[in-house]
Amino acid sequence: MSAETATIALPDTADSARANAATRRMEKISSTVRYTILIVVGFIMVYPLLWLIGASFKSNQEIFTNPSFIPFEPTLDGYVEGWKTSTPYNFGQFYWNTFLIVLPKVIGTAISATLVAYGFARFEFPFKRLLFATLIATLLLPNVVTRIPQYLVFRDLGWLDSYLPLWVPSALAGDAFFVFMLIQFLRAIPRDMEEAARIDGANTLQTLIFIVIPMLSPAIVSVCLFQFMWTMNDFLGPLIYISSVAKYPISLALQLSIDATEAFSWNKILAMTVISLAPSLVVFFLAQKHFIRGVATGGTKG
Amino acid sequence: MASLDLVNLEKTYGNGFKAVHGINLSIRDGEFMAFVGPSGCAKSTTLRMIAGLETVTSGEIRIGDRVVNNIVPGERGIAMVFQNYALYPHMKVFNNLAFGLKLARRKKPEIEGGVAATAKLLEIEQLLERLPKQLSGGQAQRVAVGRAIIKKPQVFLFDEPLSNLDAKLRASMRVRLIELHRALKDDGLSSTVAYVTHDQTEAMTMGDRICVMKDGRIMQVDDPVTIYSRPANAFVGGFIGSPEMNIVPATLGGSADAPTLTIAGHTLRYGAALGARIAPGTGKAVQLGIRPQHLQPVGANGDGLPGRVAHVEYMGHEVYLHVAVGGLNLVSVVPGEAFDRSKLRDDRIWLRPAEDLLHLFDSETGQTISLGRA
Repeated sequence: MSAETATIALPDTADSARANAATRRMEKISSTVRYTILIVVGFIMVYPLLWLIGASFKSNQEIFTNPSFIPFEPTLDGYVEGWKTSTPYNFGQFYWNTFLIVLPKVIGTAISATLVAYGFARFEFPFKRLLFATLIATLLLPNVVTRIPQYLVFRDLGWLDSYLPLWVPSALAGDAFFVFMLIQFLRAIPRDMEEAARIDGANTLQTLIFIVIPMLSPAIVSVCLFQFMWTMNDFLGPLIYISSVAKYPISLALQLSIDATEAFSWNKILAMTVISLAPSLVVFFLAQKHFIRGVATGGTKG
Repeated sequence: MASLDLVNLEKTYGNGFKAVHGINLSIRDGEFMAFVGPSGCAKSTTLRMIAGLETVTSGEIRIGDRVVNNIVPGERGIAMVFQNYALYPHMKVFNNLAFGLKLARRKKPEIEGGVAATAKLLEIEQLLERLPKQLSGGQAQRVAVGRAIIKKPQVFLFDEPLSNLDAKLRASMRVRLIELHRALKDDGLSSTVAYVTHDQTEAMTMGDRICVMKDGRIMQVDDPVTIYSRPANAFVGGFIGSPEMNIVPATLGGSADAPTLTIAGHTLRYGAALGARIAPGTGKAVQLGIRPQHLQPVGANGDGLPGRVAHVEYMGHEVYLHVAVGGLNLVSVVPGEAFDRSKLRDDRIWLRPAEDLLHLFDSETGQTISLGRA
């Protein structure tokens, strides 16, 4: 009996082994193809950045003669000269200026967006629907539409050529996107913990600080990171409101070096571009884990 | 030490839905009151109003002799255990327990002493440094109970606290909670409990009294024995007890000395004992309520309802017989060892509702018309 089953089973086993081997081979080929395509496309995407970093170590002349991104004669001239800039201020000044905008903006956004989102997500108040609809409407409104009226308001307030127009609106929860993002995140967190805190004797503000904010922290980190990177990269805002060179942030300073010289020293510009990219890259990679968690986990509880 | 009184308590939601229709209930100091009912019967809403998490539309909630309608949850002298535990996920067990005391600005030694005592009582001392996500369901449940006990509240509120546990753990937690309640009582601590559950077993085994609710109204409030043996209406009769009570239309006839019940065209004769239990002035159309345990097979000549066994559920110690009688489907529970289907001829069987254990309900209102047996 057992011999019989064995003879019957044998061809089956051989067949299935062959089928398994074929499947494995197909999987190998398919993954090789997939990874090759991804690597090639990925390289094409990253190439400009690699070239930028390589070129920042080249001399001005070599940039135009050497198509490869690896410099023949690496030099730090671009960095040294670029840092001095063509203005009375060095690049450190512009860095500091950027910091003066970014810091209050990020902190202000985190606090105000959290407060407003908490209100919308957890409380009933008159005209809530109307106000929420307004919030969403501003989210859909193109920024350029409000530029001119905003400019007029800030001019009348006497805020031109200061950093106030750049960060005060955000610190008053003016960025609907962040408020909306936090509301969605909060909606996914069950209310039971907050109710337990109320029964434990916490008032509304204590509940927010001790219970809600810790649970909301991945989303708040994401908000801070987004705001940080967008502010670092913002060109139009400073261009409109900042007029004196002494107050220029990095984004304007880069443009300045293009305008100010007749023969462009590209190596300086590229070197300073690399320097201005650095903070965003460093912050992003340091906080990558939180960032992705905050963006991706809107649906699951914290 | 506090009683809990609900006076004409009503709740209407913003969308006009009336969830609670004037509840009057008095829970005595130290009493374990179990609220039970099908989902949507507003038992949780009632509990949340007591906790202060829902506003009261009208009526009064009194804890002790204080009306608490407009007092914030933290100052009502209550503690609540939630169905999904609601532990603070970012705090270790120690801080979960201590949070309420910290908010009350108690001194550090007092907080530490309180946490230690509570942890000892609930045997969670070794868990104090863990985060909630590192706890099993039963452990998390004990921490949640600890968070309530540590506050020494006047009234404990439980909102389906065992629903998320598996059957075995639920049974052991049930016993633990009862023991805990007794221990608190023996220590002279306040131990008034309002316990919401949809599980009749929990209600029957844990409650000093049971409050059966339906559609925002109280159907009956009584001790478990009375609730089971003398249901005030067909709803309570059907809701409490397993398998469910058979409730079928019947016609009352005969005289007070020799009443008859006609069910699905078959007339059963009873004696004066049943006649004495029937409220005077009762009409002819009624509903018969008979628990499967009280509907037993009798011989062919035993004045029973003739039926056919349609389906048999073998449970081991007992057997559930689903019997078709006319157009009705009745369930009878018989001892497992005494039943042998192969001995029935053509699956034919005769069932007779026990005279002193059957219930009669008004066919319109569903209220009981059979007075309790002596």
